[in-house]
Amino acid sequence: MDLATILIQLLNSVQYGLLLFLISSGLTLVFGIMGVINLAHGAMYMIGAYLAYAFVDWSGSLGVAILLGIPVMLIVGIVIERFLIDSLYSRDHLFQVLLTFGLILILNDIQSILWGNDTHGVPIPDMLNGSISLTDNMSYPVYRLAVSGICLALAIGMYWVIQKTRLGMTIRAGASNREMVESLGINVRTLFTIIFAAGVALAGLGGILSAPLSSVYPGMGDNVLIICLVVVVIGGIGSIKGAFWGAMMIGLVSTFGPVLIPSLASVMVYLVMALVLLVKPRGLFA
Amino acid sequence: MYNTPRPISLLLGFFLCVLAFYPLYGDLVFGSKASFFMSKLTTIVIFAILAMSLDLLVGITGLVSMGHALFFGLAGYVLALASPEYEAASIWYILPLVLLSCAALGAVVAFLTIKTSGIYFIMVTLAFGQMGFYFFNDAEFSGGSDGMYIMLKPDVSLGGIQLLNLDEKQTLYYLSLACMVFVYMVLRMILRSAFGQVLIGIHANEHRVKAIGYNTANYKIVSFVIAATLAGLAGFLAASQYGFVNPSQMGWHTSGYALMMVIMGGAGTIFGPAIGAFVFEILHYVFESFTDHWLMLMGTVMICVVLFLPNGIGGALLSLVQKKETTGEKNDG
Repeated sequence: MDLATILIQLLNSVQYGLLLFLISSGLTLVFGIMGVINLAHGAMYMIGAYLAYAFVDWSGSLGVAILLGIPVMLIVGIVIERFLIDSLYSRDHLFQVLLTFGLILILNDIQSILWGNDTHGVPIPDMLNGSISLTDNMSYPVYRLAVSGICLALAIGMYWVIQKTRLGMTIRAGASNREMVESLGINVRTLFTIIFAAGVALAGLGGILSAPLSSVYPGMGDNVLIICLVVVVIGGIGSIKGAFWGAMMIGLVSTFGPVLIPSLASVMVYLVMALVLLVKPRGLFA
Repeated sequence: MYNTPRPISLLLGFFLCVLAFYPLYGDLVFGSKASFFMSKLTTIVIFAILAMSLDLLVGITGLVSMGHALFFGLAGYVLALASPEYEAASIWYILPLVLLSCAALGAVVAFLTIKTSGIYFIMVTLAFGQMGFYFFNDAEFSGGSDGMYIMLKPDVSLGGIQLLNLDEKQTLYYLSLACMVFVYMVLRMILRSAFGQVLIGIHANEHRVKAIGYNTANYKIVSFVIAATLAGLAGFLAASQYGFVNPSQMGWHTSGYALMMVIMGGAGTIFGPAIGAFVFEILHYVFESFTDHWLMLMGTVMICVVLFLPNGIGGALLSLVQKKETTGEKNDG
């Protein structure tokens, strides 16, 4: 590998890591604050990607897809939280796993009813369809840079909301002691709905943004869910900071791993997880 | 619940008789479909074994594993890889090899995961299950995503005389049924033993059991290894029945279905998950036979079980029976 290839791989791994962070942050947020494990998180990512396909097909613009897709995902999140998740807060995690697993089956079926079982592609927006040349014969696509930019901006935004705003303060308080926050007159009920919907929207946005990078196909959420679980486990469940560094680590491992040790490409990510668990059973930042 | 109440024992005995005599009345009731249903029943009985083995973890020890199918699938792969190419493998070495492999992998996974608990344990077992899935899915030696064929079923003979012919549907049916009863007995025995009592204690309150002086981690690891081995037995039977093994058998959807069978049937009751396997698979078959969108119906059933039947069918049966007697306390899984 020469320097330019390494640079491009590095950019790829950062971009993949940032995208992974975007998706996993929703998962870890919902778990850390609400104590709910949402296995349907991957299915939300898939729905996001299909929404991108449908809206781009209809309007021709990814911007419109983002503007319309996020509200749809928020509504999906609110409905699911109000009607299903709400009854699970006091129950064992086991039931959350099963309910959200059932939800995956239903969402996968809805996807096949609405959009069929074919693989679809979503075009990269014209405005971002160029590439920046790094050396004489190496270049890097602008869209990937743009995705990285959006993810980074959201990461900073999320950090700011949680650490610096009043909403963030109640969120952190609600995570550590729900009863106390409620007794201070804050409606935790609504807070939880907002957080769950935000988690779903983050997964959906991840799906929309990655639709032009990869194709849109049935079951695409499954792989993402598992990788996100690995990210969250490595980083420490509930930790946004952990999700960030976990995602970066997985980004690096899954981009450089296959190049360095091809025979272990597919299990590399899990080996890293096993290693982290051996050293720190509760994750790096828990 | 160390003793199954009498009415439930009778009910289970009745179900077992219905299954045991199926080959006698199957032709009369189902006609030309009888043979197909016998294969179907064999599959369900094998799933019942898988579900009961998972109950040792979920219902008894309180370890919710989402990667139990790993051992189910591994058993099939070991059978396929260790069988000679053009002759049948003798069951006397292949079955112990399969079970030992599952126990060994179970020990490794348990060692890595046992320090975690609750939600962490769920996520980590799920991830390890998927690690196995991707390993076999991408490996060339095991046929990638197509999986492997087991050309000749294991040979069960002693001193040159064939005892069982696993190619015969009926033989395999009775073998699976016998294994199901055997696994049930083993699990009940474990439950009654001092070892099982510690596991139940760990489920109820691990800190207290630790405080009494038990090394709970070791107990949990042994429980995990036993469950993995029994899941391996189910996987061995399944691979012998289908004649092939592919990665999806160890995928997390299979683990999720197994977990659903446990909850649907009633976690911690041992007999419940077997009933759960029957109800789940029969519903699956019925839905599949009249609509393409059976996934949505299965998903709905799963959500309804979680919301309205958290103690499962077994739990409902038990509370029905115990209503007359003292109101026994019920763990909520």
